Amino acid sequence: MSTPRSSSPPLRSPEQLHGDPAVSTDAARRTPAPPAGTYLGMPRFQKNAREQLANEQLRKNLRHATGTIRAKRADRVAEVPEWEELRLAGEAIKNRTLRHLDTYLVQLEESLTRAGATVHWARDAAEANRIVVDLVKAKGVDEVVKVKSMATQEIELNEALEEAGVAAWETDLAELIVQLGHDRPSHILVPAIHRNRSEVREIFLREMKQYGTPAPEDITDDPAELAGAARRHLREKFLRAKVAISGANFAVAETGTLVVVESEGNGRMCLTLPETLISVVGIEKVLPTFADLEVFMQLLPRSSTGERMNPYTSMWTGVTPGDGPQEVHVVLVDNGRTNALADPDGRAALRCIRCSACLNICPVYERVGGHAYGSVYPGPIGAVLNPQLRGIEHEIDQSLPYASSLCGACFEVCPVRIPIPDMLVHLRKQVADHKRGPHVESTAIALAGWVLSDHKHLELAERAAALAARALPHTTHLGPLPWPASPWTRARDLPMPPQESFREWWRKNRGEERR
Amino acid sequence: MNAREEILARVRSALVDVTQPDPVLDVPIDWEYGRPVAMPDVLDRFVEMCEDYKATVVRCGSAEVPGRVAVLLTGAGVRSVVLPARLEPSWRQAVEAAGVAIHDDEPPLSRTELDAIDGVVTAAAVGIAETGTIVLDHASDQGRRALTLVPDTHLVVVRSDQVVPSVPEAVVRLSGAVAEGAALTWISGPSATSDIELSRVEGVHGPRNLLVLLVE
Amino acid sequence: MTIHTQGITVALFATCINDVMFPGTPRAVVSVLERLGCRVEFPLDQTCCGQMFTNTGYFDAALPDVRNYVKAFSRYDYIVGPSGSCIGAVRHQHPMLADYAKDAKLAEAVDEVVAKTYDFTELLVDVLGVTDVGAYFPHRVTYHPTCHSVRVAKVGDRPYQLLSKVKGIDLVPLEAADQCCGFGGTFSVKNPDVSVAMGADKARHVLDTGAEYLVAGDNACLMHIGGLLHRENSGVKTIHLAEVLAHTEGAAA
Repeated sequence: MSTPRSSSPPLRSPEQLHGDPAVSTDAARRTPAPPAGTYLGMPRFQKNAREQLANEQLRKNLRHATGTIRAKRADRVAEVPEWEELRLAGEAIKNRTLRHLDTYLVQLEESLTRAGATVHWARDAAEANRIVVDLVKAKGVDEVVKVKSMATQEIELNEALEEAGVAAWETDLAELIVQLGHDRPSHILVPAIHRNRSEVREIFLREMKQYGTPAPEDITDDPAELAGAARRHLREKFLRAKVAISGANFAVAETGTLVVVESEGNGRMCLTLPETLISVVGIEKVLPTFADLEVFMQLLPRSSTGERMNPYTSMWTGVTPGDGPQEVHVVLVDNGRTNALADPDGRAALRCIRCSACLNICPVYERVGGHAYGSVYPGPIGAVLNPQLRGIEHEIDQSLPYASSLCGACFEVCPVRIPIPDMLVHLRKQVADHKRGPHVESTAIALAGWVLSDHKHLELAERAAALAARALPHTTHLGPLPWPASPWTRARDLPMPPQESFREWWRKNRGEERR
Repeated sequence: MNAREEILARVRSALVDVTQPDPVLDVPIDWEYGRPVAMPDVLDRFVEMCEDYKATVVRCGSAEVPGRVAVLLTGAGVRSVVLPARLEPSWRQAVEAAGVAIHDDEPPLSRTELDAIDGVVTAAAVGIAETGTIVLDHASDQGRRALTLVPDTHLVVVRSDQVVPSVPEAVVRLSGAVAEGAALTWISGPSATSDIELSRVEGVHGPRNLLVLLVE
Repeated sequence: MTIHTQGITVALFATCINDVMFPGTPRAVVSVLERLGCRVEFPLDQTCCGQMFTNTGYFDAALPDVRNYVKAFSRYDYIVGPSGSCIGAVRHQHPMLADYAKDAKLAEAVDEVVAKTYDFTELLVDVLGVTDVGAYFPHRVTYHPTCHSVRVAKVGDRPYQLLSKVKGIDLVPLEAADQCCGFGGTFSVKNPDVSVAMGADKARHVLDTGAEYLVAGDNACLMHIGGLLHRENSGVKTIHLAEVLAHTEGAAA
């Protein structure tokens, strides 16, 4: 595994992620300090989820936000009569790419190089960070502006730059809210989805003045005013930045074209104004041809923000003489992706285009939010992707495949048809196999397995249940019980078994005449 | 082994189960690329969708364009514009006549200079009716990308023959420019965000006013 | 599909949870099918679909159940179960498990038996061609379309077709009906807090309808939602769709 391991202490709880921002402010830092601790040190999902569920404000924010975007997506998808054909095409294009990834990566490298870009390869997060830090230092700058990018979040580039004395300014509004809030992202598309407008106002008032143009003292919690404050705060940074860092939604092998899909124009600012552009791109982002974009430019906006088209999409092909950055670098990152690729049952997760439709539809995500998942990739796709990219050595990654009721809503909305429920089941098998030796769960499963492996065993159990029922003839339900029944009965009554199983009824009433 | 060789080796060993070397034969894609969509009301739809995303749209005949450009700019309170090098000369004359200060991008304006300019007038490459999208390929009648980004008002003139019904048709039309290395900017309404409580707010970093002149 | 109006023999897959905990449901299936002229058989060597094991990651513990299912049912032309979830597991997971076992003979047998396996609502609507089964249920009810019946077994609107023909019924819509109730098999005990939070929202929507009965096609989900409703002394009862359809005029409700 090529996993970033940090020596910092594990998070005590995800509550810290929302916690007191004063805790970790360090005078020597250039940018707001994120919460202490590491994702991989987090406890298992169940425990994080319980704490998040207790946060009433969080649940209210999430219910409102996911409900809004679910409805928008449904409307925009319903406008496209050939939506299912588009999904199938998206799936097929990604499958073709992934099954021949070496071919397309080499082609992408050739196209980019021909177009004047410099291509770098990074086996893991540490190598990617080292490449970017060296490129930035070589330009002699101490700050960069950033386009929202999952890949750079995944490799924790901002902290690597901070350690090298370089300030990385997030320019997407939600990423800015997260950065200024000393927080971590909780959603792929809207990283500050867990914050409501009054929380955003407080963060802006308190923090903006420490890092540049302050928010107006009389600012209200109107989202338009808050967006205006972000515009003013970031404009000076856009106007002076010499280096920008981005990711890419797609990288076209045929032409060397990189694509960034966005809304606010911060992406265009970063991709256009600075002299140097460094794009950190996961190796699975490649598409074979420019024509393939006709499929993804339909699938992504409607699935993601629930719009017919997002406000801005930038497509650039290496260096354009006289227009935009004249020094263009592309860092192709593996960081665990080849692990996922090697598992034919797991490969489909690399089709993900990071639209976050699965998060928005997920009833589990809606209630616990993104921080419980212990990764920049939360929700159903995160429950699949994190154990694939990071392995299943850590408690958090062992628990993620179980962070789902397997309701299947995620597959229905996935624009590239990733069979998330099936993949979770396969990962559960890997986790169960990994936990060698008898433990409570495997013992219970072995017992139940024995009971259900043969009808004669099942009948024994049925007789035991009927005996219990006859011993308590007036009890219809059982209330709170001690362990092992407590996880069920703490909040839910349990019906008593009947005094007669169906099998017994059948034997008595139909058994003589038929089997 | 260097990183490139190692990653490619990892990819190849991850794909040992793939036996068909030809990607096209290995995974067929059941999709007709660039398929035209019949849309009799293509211009009406384009206008409707642009307006739905809060762009201001005006339709006019080709003779009226210079006058409309001037009126739209002054109506939006634009006092200074940057104009791309090869913008239609009659539009430039009309802007000048309306008393709007004209800046040229030769030599290239600095970011700070651009930030002090109110607006920009450009042509376009493609319009997409079903999504209300305008695509710039940054040819010389559109200028480099920064021109249509930093000033707060963007007036874009789209010819009716540039408007196609669907995204696939647009991608077909744009493929030539991309093959020649052109950068593309797809614009659907003014800059917007939904990052606070998923409620849409128009106007963040890109131009907050998008004025579309559709020439029939 | 040929529609059979009478005389077919149907093998009943009761499912383990119904057999042990909710025998009224398979009894209702027997009652409805016999009323419609079918001959019902119950192969006694049946046990379980195995999805509890599969979904917890213990494929090897599920394999005996796959073999049992084939053994118990392959001799029948029609196999019916009153559970979208268990029927869904047979259809969707048994082929995967047979592949996992690298047992080509089992895989072939599974494919054959799966093609003859129906959810109760599918057998009624598609095979028997009926939506009015002569039921009478003079109560206000709301219906929860369970996730696996909709998304795995894919029963579509068949339950609504059947319920709408029940005499005397007052079927009221359920808010956020398509959202999971939070049962999720072992999810309900491995993530009890999230499971209960989801179930509490479902229970609230049920209470908002003012229904006397919550109807569904899966007793496991009903056990979860019903457990919450019962703890709250809400007075709302849960009932399987088959039991609603089994009720006739004159029978005690």
